[in-house]
Formats: sequence, C-alpha cells, structure tokens
Amino acid sequence: MPRPPSTTAPAARLGERALAWAFLLPSLAVFAVFLGYPLYRTFYLSAHANDLFGAPSRYVGLRHYTDLLGSAEFGRTLATTALFVLLTVVPGVIGALLLVLLLESRIRGVRVLRSAFALPFAFSVASAAVVFGVFYNPATGVLNGLLSHLGSGPVPWLTDRHHALLSVALATIWLNLGYNVLVLSAGIGSIAPEITEAARLDGASGWRLARSVTVPLLGPHLFFLVVVSTINALQSFGQINILTQGGPDGATRTLVYSVYEKAFAYGSSDFGAASAQAVVLLVVVLACTAVQFGLVERRVHYS
Amino acid sequence: MRRTLGRLAVHLVLALAAGTVLFPVYYAVVGAFMTPADLATYPPALIPHHLTTANFGAAARSVPLLRQYLNSAVVAGVITAAQLLTSILAAYALVFLPLRRPAAVFGIFLATLMVPWEAVIIPNYLTISGWGLGNTYFGLVLPFLASGFGTFMLRQSFRQFPAELRDAARIDGAGHWRFLWRILVPLNKPSLAAIAVYVFLSAWNQYFWPLIITRTAQMQTLQIGLSSLRVADSAAPGLILAGVLLSLLPTLALVVFGQRFIVRGLTAGAVR
Repeated sequence: MPRPPSTTAPAARLGERALAWAFLLPSLAVFAVFLGYPLYRTFYLSAHANDLFGAPSRYVGLRHYTDLLGSAEFGRTLATTALFVLLTVVPGVIGALLLVLLLESRIRGVRVLRSAFALPFAFSVASAAVVFGVFYNPATGVLNGLLSHLGSGPVPWLTDRHHALLSVALATIWLNLGYNVLVLSAGIGSIAPEITEAARLDGASGWRLARSVTVPLLGPHLFFLVVVSTINALQSFGQINILTQGGPDGATRTLVYSVYEKAFAYGSSDFGAASAQAVVLLVVVLACTAVQFGLVERRVHYS
Repeated sequence: MRRTLGRLAVHLVLALAAGTVLFPVYYAVVGAFMTPADLATYPPALIPHHLTTANFGAAARSVPLLRQYLNSAVVAGVITAAQLLTSILAAYALVFLPLRRPAAVFGIFLATLMVPWEAVIIPNYLTISGWGLGNTYFGLVLPFLASGFGTFMLRQSFRQFPAELRDAARIDGAGHWRFLWRILVPLNKPSLAAIAVYVFLSAWNQYFWPLIITRTAQMQTLQIGLSSLRVADSAAPGLILAGVLLSLLPTLALVVFGQRFIVRGLTAGAVR
C-alpha cells in the first residue's frame, strides 16, 4: 500500500517523525538490551576464559571452539541432537499428516475430532513431561502396566540409555501433535474446494485423492512444518530436564541441554565454554531459518 | 460393500488415534481425582473406583502451588499486556507514521524472530542477576516486554485498514493518539485477541527462563512447581496429576474457546 503524499506542514511532519520514534522506542529498547547486546555478549564470552564464578578473565580467542572440535563428548552431543530432531520431526509430521487426511473423509463428528486432536496444544512442555513421567514410571506407570497385560516384560523407559532418547522424543511428538494438526488443517482448509471437487468428479477418492491432489497441494505447509518442527526440536529443553536430566550416561544430552549443564547445572558457571556451544546452536538454528526463508518466504508475499 | 468397509476402517483408525492422543489428557484429568490406592494398583486402574479431591490439598502442601499459580498469572498477564501495548505502538509507527527507512526498521523486528532464545540466555541471566533482579517478578518479565511476532501480526492487519476511514478520521480532527485508541484498536480486536492468546500461552508455559532466574519456591512459576512435584513425590502420581490439571485450566480454556484465534496466528507464531 503506497503511502499517500503528505499534505501536512514540515513542522507537523517533524513532530510525526518524533512520535514514530517514541512509539518504536519501547520495543527497540527491549530488543537492544535482551537480544542485541546478549547476542554480542555470547560471542564475547565464547572468546574468553572465566573464573569459577563465571566472570570472564582473559581472552582465549577460538580456544573454546577448538576444544569443542576435539571433544568426543561434544561430537556425541551433536549426534544426539541430530537423532532427537529426526526422531521427533519425521514421525510428528507424518503422524499429523495421516490424521488430517483421515479427518478429510466425510464422516460425522469430524469437527469435534479435529478440536480434540488440537488439545495437546494446551499442554506446556513441563506438564506434558510430568504426565509422561508418570506414564514411564517403571513400577506404577500405565505403559508398563499395559505391556504386562500384553504379556511383555517392563521397559526401562527413562533409565536405559537405549530407550531414554526415544521416550523423551515420544513425549515431544505428543506435545507438538496439536500444533502440527492445526497447521495442516489450516493448510487443507486453504486448498480451493473446486480442485478437490474436480478430482472427485474424475473418480479420485480416498488414498488416491490424498496422494495425487491433497498432499502435493499441502507441500508448502508440510515444508513449513518440517522447518519449524526442526527448530523446535533443536531448542527442546524442558522435557529433557524434567524426564532425564540429559542422562542416563549422557544419552539425552542435546545441544541446548549441554549449554544448560555447562552454564547452570550443578553449580557450574562455565559461561565461556557454554557460550561457545550457544553460538553453535545459534548457527544451526539460523541455518534452518535461512532455508525456510530462501525456499518458502520467496513465494509468500508479506507486503 | 467395499465402501462401507472402507468407512468402517477410517472410523476405527480415527477412534484408535483419538484414544491414543487424548489418553494423556484423560489421565491428567481423571488421575488428579484418583485415590492413591487406585493409582498404585498394578497394572494401574484406568477407571477410578473412588473419586477424591485429596490430591489437590496434598499437592498444595508439598509445593506452594497457590502462590505459584499467582506468580504464573502475574507474569503471563504482565507479559501479555506489555507485549500488546509495545506491539500496538510499534506497528502504528511502522504503518501510519513517516519513517526514513521503514523497511530497515521493520527488518529489526523480523530479525528478532530468528534468534533462538536459548542462544542468548546466558548473557540475559548475567544482566538480570547483575541488576539484582534475580528471583523477582521484574526478572521474570523484563526480557519479554516487546514482541517481534506481535508487531509483525499487527502491522499486517493495520496495513489493511481502509484509507478512507483513516482520512475521514483525520478530517474530523482526530490526531494520531485518538485515531489509534478510539478507531484503530477497537476495529482490530480479532488480531489483538489472537496475539493475546499466543503470548499468554507461551508466557504461561515458559520453562527455561523461570527455572534459572528464580531460586525460591515462593517466586517460582507453576511450571517449575510441577517439575518439583515430580521430584518430591514421584511415588504419588495423584499429586503430580492434580498439579498438572490446575496448570492446565487456563490454557485448556484458551485452546477450546479460542481456537479460531489460535489458527489466525498459527504460521506467524511459529517463527519465535
């Protein structure tokens, strides 16, 4: 929308400029203090050694980064992070897609069901993690109870290094399902009804309609969801802290959790090393955002 | 015949999926009213034999849940109100006021959406602690008083405001301030509601920041209280579920009654 040429006098115009900055100031001040400055400060801290209380002591250049490169533990942290992303994003998106496709079949009660599938959206990461913690309880949990009904032995959901990451991922998938269903439902809603009607008239229905019409048209929404879920998974913290504290034996130590451990857990204040890991996190997340903006936003017209 | 079978299969799969997805919700609600005896049976009872409200009292004795409820309400309420205000002002400046480089200024707001908060949490912790605001309401809310998301959404809807109405208001002598609060804001209630729902949900559900910035149970938010319930009473799932149910009341209400607002902000809100 082009701004109409101003008819106001220069003095009034000056006043308007001042008003504009006055209106922008509160937001810009918050961003400067709590995003801009800390962004710079994270880099600064990552290039400094620190004393026991976390105060930066001397400049060490890239040493924290070269330490990370040579650390087998950090390599494992990155691998765990990648695995966690894979374990949450792929089933989370595919599961939600199947659900919304099934909801497309014209049966009664679909509206109620769609709202019901969105309910996990009300859960916070803490409440979801705590509920799943109750489920995973080895002695009294519902899951092992169910398994014993089926004649299977108890599963060490959170206490075994081969199960823990999967269990945390399962809670995460459930937590994000509501959001994923809402996004894809909105996507299906934005498909022009004439297109599906035409396909139906041509005899397409059921899976054929889904496979050759609905899913391809959902492409941008699916792509958006994959990127957003990836970024979310990379930032996951609460469920790991509540369910496993990164354990057992580091099996659920993701990048964010590692930053937390180095900076805040067990009285640790190793802000330098933690900041170097935070920079790695920043780069990875920004790369995902760049992919999204490069491939999707080009087609979405914002102005 | 094949069609009927197909429909039956769809029904069955959907029912199964709904059961699985809704089970945690069901369990949080019903489990909160189950007796320890029901919850401790092995395998656990899915349908309670007796209903009790004792879990709520016991949970509140274990962790100062009421105080934490208040903390969460204050924190989420202040953050929501503040973000609405700062976003309204910023979006107004971006759309209705003359700026030399509007695209560049808007770029700052967009850029804030891309920074993962976990990457800047250490310096923010140091800033707030350095100001002596650790373990205070100020420390909990200060970093979240502005919002790139809210400004972004409001800019979109302000731009669609009819120019004739704007001109009519100007001719009637309405200055910027009066036009903003008397005409623009009332006419953009749906967008404002969508932002409010989103901001409130994410503020109410925050975990990482309140975890590190609070030290005492009296200042912790409900979400942190829930995780301490789990640590303190892992043998008493009823208490934990009672805490969960309490924490869910406002957010469930928002998701059930505010779903159309949530859908409005869906894709924009995802870029946090």
